[in-house]
Amino acid sequence: MVDVPLGAAGVPPAEVEDVELYHPKGWVTHYVFSQDAKIIAVQYSVTALSIGLAALMLSWLMRLQLAFPGALSFIDADAYYQLITMHGMMMVVYVLTALFLGGFGNYLIPLMLGARDMVFPYANMLSFWFYLLAVVVLFASFAVPGGPTGAGWTLYPPQAITAGTPGLAWGIIMMLVSLMIFIIGFTMGGLNYVVTVLQGRTRGMTLMRMPLTVWGIFTASVMALLAFPALFVGCVMMLFDRLLGTSFFMPEIIEQGARLPYGGGSPILFQHLFWFFGHPEVYIVALPAFGIVSDLISVHARRNIFGYRMMVWAIVAIGALSFVVWAHHMYVSGMNPYFGFFFATTTLIIAIPTAIKVYNWVLTLWRGDIHLTVPMLFALAFIVTFVNGGLTGLFLGNVVVDVPLSDTMFVVAHFHMVMGVAPILVIFGAMYHWYPKVTGRLLSVPLGQFHFWITFLGAYLIFFPMHYLGLMGVPRRYYEMGETAIYPQSAHELNIFITVMALLVGAAQLAFVFNLIWSLRHGREAGGNPWRACSLEWQTPVTPPPHGNFGKELPIVYRWAYDYNVPGAPEDFIPQNQPPLAGEIASRAS
Amino acid sequence: MHVVLVLVLVAAGSVLFHFLSPWWWTPIASNWQYIDDTIVITFWITGVVFVAVLAFMAYCIWRFRHREGHRAAFEPENRRLETGLTVITGLGVAAMLVPGLFVWSHFINVPADASVIEVVGQQWQWSFRLPGKDGKLGRTSVDRIADDNPLGLDRSDPDGWDDVVLQGEDLHLPIGKPIKVVLRSTDVLHDFYVPEFRAKMDILPGSSTYFWLTPTRTGTFDILCAELCGTGHPYMRGSVVVEEQVAYDAWLDGQQRRMIAQQDRTKE
Repeated sequence: MVDVPLGAAGVPPAEVEDVELYHPKGWVTHYVFSQDAKIIAVQYSVTALSIGLAALMLSWLMRLQLAFPGALSFIDADAYYQLITMHGMMMVVYVLTALFLGGFGNYLIPLMLGARDMVFPYANMLSFWFYLLAVVVLFASFAVPGGPTGAGWTLYPPQAITAGTPGLAWGIIMMLVSLMIFIIGFTMGGLNYVVTVLQGRTRGMTLMRMPLTVWGIFTASVMALLAFPALFVGCVMMLFDRLLGTSFFMPEIIEQGARLPYGGGSPILFQHLFWFFGHPEVYIVALPAFGIVSDLISVHARRNIFGYRMMVWAIVAIGALSFVVWAHHMYVSGMNPYFGFFFATTTLIIAIPTAIKVYNWVLTLWRGDIHLTVPMLFALAFIVTFVNGGLTGLFLGNVVVDVPLSDTMFVVAHFHMVMGVAPILVIFGAMYHWYPKVTGRLLSVPLGQFHFWITFLGAYLIFFPMHYLGLMGVPRRYYEMGETAIYPQSAHELNIFITVMALLVGAAQLAFVFNLIWSLRHGREAGGNPWRACSLEWQTPVTPPPHGNFGKELPIVYRWAYDYNVPGAPEDFIPQNQPPLAGEIASRAS
Repeated sequence: MHVVLVLVLVAAGSVLFHFLSPWWWTPIASNWQYIDDTIVITFWITGVVFVAVLAFMAYCIWRFRHREGHRAAFEPENRRLETGLTVITGLGVAAMLVPGLFVWSHFINVPADASVIEVVGQQWQWSFRLPGKDGKLGRTSVDRIADDNPLGLDRSDPDGWDDVVLQGEDLHLPIGKPIKVVLRSTDVLHDFYVPEFRAKMDILPGSSTYFWLTPTRTGTFDILCAELCGTGHPYMRGSVVVEEQVAYDAWLDGQQRRMIAQQDRTKE
């Protein structure tokens, strides 16, 4: 908080000596098999962004099919289900999770905490290479006989491993194996993030002085370490069912007229395992976004984040609660209906800490000094889309309201708004914000504004009307909407409109890619702290920071990361490593 | 200040869209008006919150935009404001949750006088089974499924001797009578979804699930599958006909006579 310690005595003495890092000796150990968290962060980010572009193109194809059914001859029903499955899995796991934790986590945790690097640099390096291997396996499934699995990203058995679903021969195996490799890689990275936050902070950096970005990434990493094992065992069990003929998830069933040699298993067990991972996964993506957006708003509104302690506790509370809400994805799954009371209650309770975060973001704007920079625009758009998507979550979380809406386009619209559009807007905002630290140059502002307006308004126009298709009764995961008496002709026209917007928004991302590449050379020189921000990553002696981050001496932290426009201070920000100013103690005591 | 303008337009446009768009739920045909009412309550509460947040943001961006010499206020916390907002949020959440749970308890407790029908989902068609005069459905088993017994009826169970099996035909329901729909699958997951009924439920192989409803409007309604069941998922269609009791009785009578004739043929 604003607990400015009384003199230098408030800073604890160094307990351990500064570590000697393994310094790279050549180009390969510097840029390829790097143990520098910042390089690993860039590797993660570039890989994840590339997958994001691929997944975006898959979504174009599926949207074209929905708008103009059958017009593209190469998208048959098999291909369509493969497209949606790969799009979903890529975006949720291989893009969002990897980008927030592997990308932003690696870059920002050591720099924001005043550490030289992650505590286990070698495991950190391995984490990336496992991730890359998982990606290669995932993409290889496009090349195997039968193609990738088309089971939907939720991979529900028995359908995932029985006839009638594409990718039965190889695709599903590749998918499960890729996920397992991903989880192994993530575990190495995740342990690193957690231990670094707990053990690697510089002197004076108490937990309650950490920037909210670190709080978000830290909590999400803890959650991921607890949640991914459920998916891992689910993958192992399904692989056994598929390859060894066990029946974990397989009851007695008929496959195209023939009795399969399975029996006694429970399909719903997989759903429990999947969502015990899957729901925390939503917050594994959302919490880093919450943290980052808090920092973006605070810096660009030149105002301390409002209610910092409440924000920290809200992050922790959301993280804890998110482990007891998973079955709200299963209200109509056929599980014991009495579970509905419990899970609806926990789900709606989680709305309270989430709402507190929204209030505190907008209250940070209040009485601020708002600079509408490109990162700020994205942060504001995040609030709009997140509030919209969060509120529709109150429909789906409230068990009986979910009954007519579940498995319809309302769900698709909801989760795209809340965990697709909203976190991706934060990713963009964060990239515009930290790009100057990574490269030393600012991204182009006109290109950024162009990118922003098309992405924000276009995405809103895609997903807001989509809710109403679901309300009308259009199920999700339909190769084509088809005809029934309840769909007016205008619903087909709405589908075409959504597709046109999707193409437009997708194409606008090229402006972002171009900006990233062009500004490497031609961007305006940024200097060390272009946004005049307080947190430590902006106080490095050299930008971009070299291996080891802080030169000879690690910084000492005297204050929280939000001392903006402190009364009496000469500047409108005070860096975290600035010792107390003359008169500061007296003025704060009053 | 185009950002302010856009925020106002997004809020106003969303509200206008909500009231003016031609895409809205279909008129209800079951007793689950409560569900619609709860959705309407939720729309009001969430709509007010959405507009309020956006309006407040727009106000702040306009009022506290950066100008030369303008400084932000330094105010780390405001305990009263934070507590107040938390309490109001809690009340709003309770206002949605309480009616929701009330309706849910209604939803999962089947009235004692409900008559039973069975819906069977198979890739990619709907079949139905109605109990005969005894009001009971006979046992079934996946192992008994054969070309001449597609639903796997256990013919040794007397309860099932008068069961009416409907394959490739419309399901008929009498208006105004509570019905317990028991759901069964012989292959993968499905979901019995009639948008006009509002109620729906997944269908699991290996166990049976249920929901109940009372049809309240006559007509013919489409049955959709709402749980991904393979490539034929969007084409898994059927029809349910809700009709007056007299018409229903006549239809059921005809179906029973058809079943008896069929059984006689197989005996010969």
